Amino acid sequence: MNEIALLEWVRGTGFQIATVVLVAGVIIRIFEILMLGRKKNLAEAKGSEFSSGMRTIVSRSVPESDSFKRSAFTIVAGYIFHIGLFVTIFLFAPHILLISELTGLGWPALPTPIVDAVAVLSIIALLAILVHRFNNKILRYLTTPGDLFIWFVTIAPLITGYIAFHRIGMSGPMLLAVHILSVELLMVVLPFSKLTHVFTIFMARWYNGAISGYRGVQS
Amino acid sequence: MASHSDKEKTLGDVLRSHGVSRRSFMKYCATTASMMAMSPAMIPMIAEALENAKKPSVIWLSFQECTGCTESLTRAGASTVENLIFDSISLDYHHTLQAASGHRAEEAKEEAMHENHGKYLLVVDGSIPMDNPGYSTIAGISNYDMLMEAAEGAAAIIAVGTCATYGGLPKASPNPTGAVSVSDLIKDKPIINVPGCPPIPVVITGVLTHFLTFGALPELDDLGRPKAFYGQSIHDRCYRRPFYDKGLFAETFDDEGAKAGWCLYKLGCRGPTTYNACATTKWNNGTSFPIESGHPCLGCSEPEFWDGGGFYKALSIPTADVGETVLYTAAGAAAAGVALGALNRATKGSANKAHEKVTLEDLEK
Amino acid sequence: MSASLEKGVNALKQQVDSSVAAFFSSCVHCGMCADTCLFQTETGNPASTPIAKAEPLRRVWKSEYTLLGRIGKMFGLSKKVDEKLLTEWETMVYDNCTLCGRCSMVCPVGNDIALMIRKTREGMAAAGHAPEGLIGATNRSIKIGSPMGVKLPALLAQIRHLEEDTGLKVPVDVEGAEYMLLLSSMEIMNFPEFMEAIARIFDKAGATWTISSEAFEATNSGIQIGVSDLAAELVQRVVDAAEKLKVKTVISPECGHAYMAIRWDGPNLVGKAFSFKVRHILEVLDTFREEGRLKLKDKISEKVTYHDPCQISRRGGVIDQPRRLIDLFADDFVEMPDAGKMNWCCGAGGGVSSNERADEVRLQVFKRKKAQLEEVQPDAIISACSNCRIHIEDGLEEYGMDIPLMSLTETLAEHLADD
Repeated sequence: MNEIALLEWVRGTGFQIATVVLVAGVIIRIFEILMLGRKKNLAEAKGSEFSSGMRTIVSRSVPESDSFKRSAFTIVAGYIFHIGLFVTIFLFAPHILLISELTGLGWPALPTPIVDAVAVLSIIALLAILVHRFNNKILRYLTTPGDLFIWFVTIAPLITGYIAFHRIGMSGPMLLAVHILSVELLMVVLPFSKLTHVFTIFMARWYNGAISGYRGVQS
Repeated sequence: MASHSDKEKTLGDVLRSHGVSRRSFMKYCATTASMMAMSPAMIPMIAEALENAKKPSVIWLSFQECTGCTESLTRAGASTVENLIFDSISLDYHHTLQAASGHRAEEAKEEAMHENHGKYLLVVDGSIPMDNPGYSTIAGISNYDMLMEAAEGAAAIIAVGTCATYGGLPKASPNPTGAVSVSDLIKDKPIINVPGCPPIPVVITGVLTHFLTFGALPELDDLGRPKAFYGQSIHDRCYRRPFYDKGLFAETFDDEGAKAGWCLYKLGCRGPTTYNACATTKWNNGTSFPIESGHPCLGCSEPEFWDGGGFYKALSIPTADVGETVLYTAAGAAAAGVALGALNRATKGSANKAHEKVTLEDLEK
Repeated sequence: MSASLEKGVNALKQQVDSSVAAFFSSCVHCGMCADTCLFQTETGNPASTPIAKAEPLRRVWKSEYTLLGRIGKMFGLSKKVDEKLLTEWETMVYDNCTLCGRCSMVCPVGNDIALMIRKTREGMAAAGHAPEGLIGATNRSIKIGSPMGVKLPALLAQIRHLEEDTGLKVPVDVEGAEYMLLLSSMEIMNFPEFMEAIARIFDKAGATWTISSEAFEATNSGIQIGVSDLAAELVQRVVDAAEKLKVKTVISPECGHAYMAIRWDGPNLVGKAFSFKVRHILEVLDTFREEGRLKLKDKISEKVTYHDPCQISRRGGVIDQPRRLIDLFADDFVEMPDAGKMNWCCGAGGGVSSNERADEVRLQVFKRKKAQLEEVQPDAIISACSNCRIHIEDGLEEYGMDIPLMSLTETLAEHLADD
């Protein structure tokens, strides 16, 4: 298979497969989780479940001050690469075109040198996170081979995107194909790994806020 | 066409007899050197080699093609040195250009192949049908047989145009003739691919010059293309690149962005994945190239460019019809999700049923 | 699989609900919960990372309730919950966690990790992997009615002493009283001043109250050990007594988990909403304050701070009341860093104090409270949980610190106006 044929495959069949797995996976996981249900709380409520839950969805993004002091690296590096992923995925012109083709929604892009710089920062943050994972006693204890695989799956589109943009090493079609392929890997893995947190985080935070809010504490 | 008596002359002789000045000849050599990324020190060497080169015998075979490649080469512009270089080879066989026809023409080819066995250059344009040899024949000979016979004694083969290099339009889905490229068939000869629909004329002459100068093929990339011409993408050398970097795109062919000359990425430009020299050498005597005329690059010098999705769909947009797929998938997944959710409830239900009151005795174990 | 292990795994299966599934699905192993847990910060033990403590429950969720886990299980690839795991995890789940819930406040994806560990205990206990000390306490609670083995005659003796010494009246089994007071065994045996304070305050406030001879114990070992069946049995005793005496409100005393047990878990354990209200004593006192029923004669001049018992403040929602009450009798009040809903646990809640095996670690992690106290240098500490109180006194002694610890209710009673 030559590189243009590979590019055609990843833009066609490959993308289709990845989309099917992603969409099906996410929907299945949502049903799988929500259909388990939760018992109605019979204790006399002291606060609203719903609004506390909604508030926690937002407020949990702001680190608590003592926790910030103790987990500064995780928080800062985490923020950098999450914002970086957001910018590179959603504010890069070619990506917006893809999204607007699929959904009909579009918005203005950031200039490419800015996206480029953000991508570099994100890559650095993710590399630092890996080093931290190996150097920190607690993280070493928690880390599973799955975590390393997910780290790879996350950084791969950033790196392949970066080198595709700068055309390092291989020819353009090959680089683009590899980049799209890495994104397709991410799409396939997402619903069945810890990457599910991209959508289950809203449920988890809501439950957290609701459980706590019911007792009158904003978590 | 060069006459028979020219055959013993060197290239220098021919050029002089056509009134090409030393000055314009040296300029050509310098241009060639720079285009092929050679050091300026090489210029005299090129000049000397060209001066003394014996007119090489060239056999040109045309198969499933449209003659666009030949048109491109012969009508590139006014009388240029490139044309003269092209003129000064011994083009012993070329359907379109040769005066002879019928048996005469075929005999000329046989003769050239015989005389220059192992030394002649074979140029091919057009793809070769493999489904049924009858799809394309010349003098009753199938394209395949003709190619194999001619290739046997060739010093090197130059595949000109996207059809000869990658199968091109004839090979486009569903490929009714079973078209293949030259390199699909021939594995034991040096092949140089000069893709493009059509290819840039100077690229052909550049390759010829290189062959004449060094007696060898230029450095090729992994698609068999001379790196000197196909080393950089259109996108990398495009004068509209700054607009891409700033995120300024023409949205339609007639909007303000299009008029202001902004990037054509959103209109489907294949510049980022197309490797060719259009943006630097340009066309029609250096007048312009497609993007300069306001049209996105089609990627004509890349393999399978016909089947690469709509020409006017941005490169980052998937070629598959994902919308419908997503709809069916979502419906199917919702059903599967409900089934799995029900399964989970059943698991929990049976766990609740299996529950026996935990007693103090249980704690002691 | 042994019968008890099977029982444990089944209990874990029962514990998974949509919240648990969302929590486990979201964990990214970032390790931030570790930095919020005093059992990790003070010991450096990575196994004390909160989310890691819920591993048995995670394995059951994964293999029983996820598509990939189900497939993995079919091919024998899933990680199993076995005796070895439970034995290994027992000390993490019981000795190194007080269910204080600080991790639940910080987890960036929003996991209520304390809840997950609490649920894990259900499986551990059912599989016979609870610590001896807690089993003993639970045994006494069910059989005798109190984890410390305090029987009714002992309570009545204490009441008699009190009534003789102070002339105050402690009503027992008075039908139709507004409030029914629950007491922790520790308050009965170690801090009888608490009952005296209640008698004094309620007398001054003109509120009717009573103690039930059938259900006076507030604590609930079933909650701590993680056996809902037994916890429900203990809650039912209170419900029966409260219904029998037709009281409007049951008061949970100065005890953290007792409040959690009766206020928040109680109705869910017995499967029925209560016909009466449940309030923490601080909530009741704050209502008195609001209604102007608390008149104080003087204020203390010492610099005081308040230790938030986790189950009362962070997990219980009683945070502002103690501060408003302290304001009534203290001029110089200072907050410890992280006070309120982010307060650090004393290190002995959630059954840790009943578990002798955890004695060493609970004193080790007290260093966190020590550091907090050193930062504000109070003359006295006020709290509202007998368990915190005993442990903090223990810890202060261990580290050679001399700071008195006072009950909020008792201190308030001491400064009531005489009139």
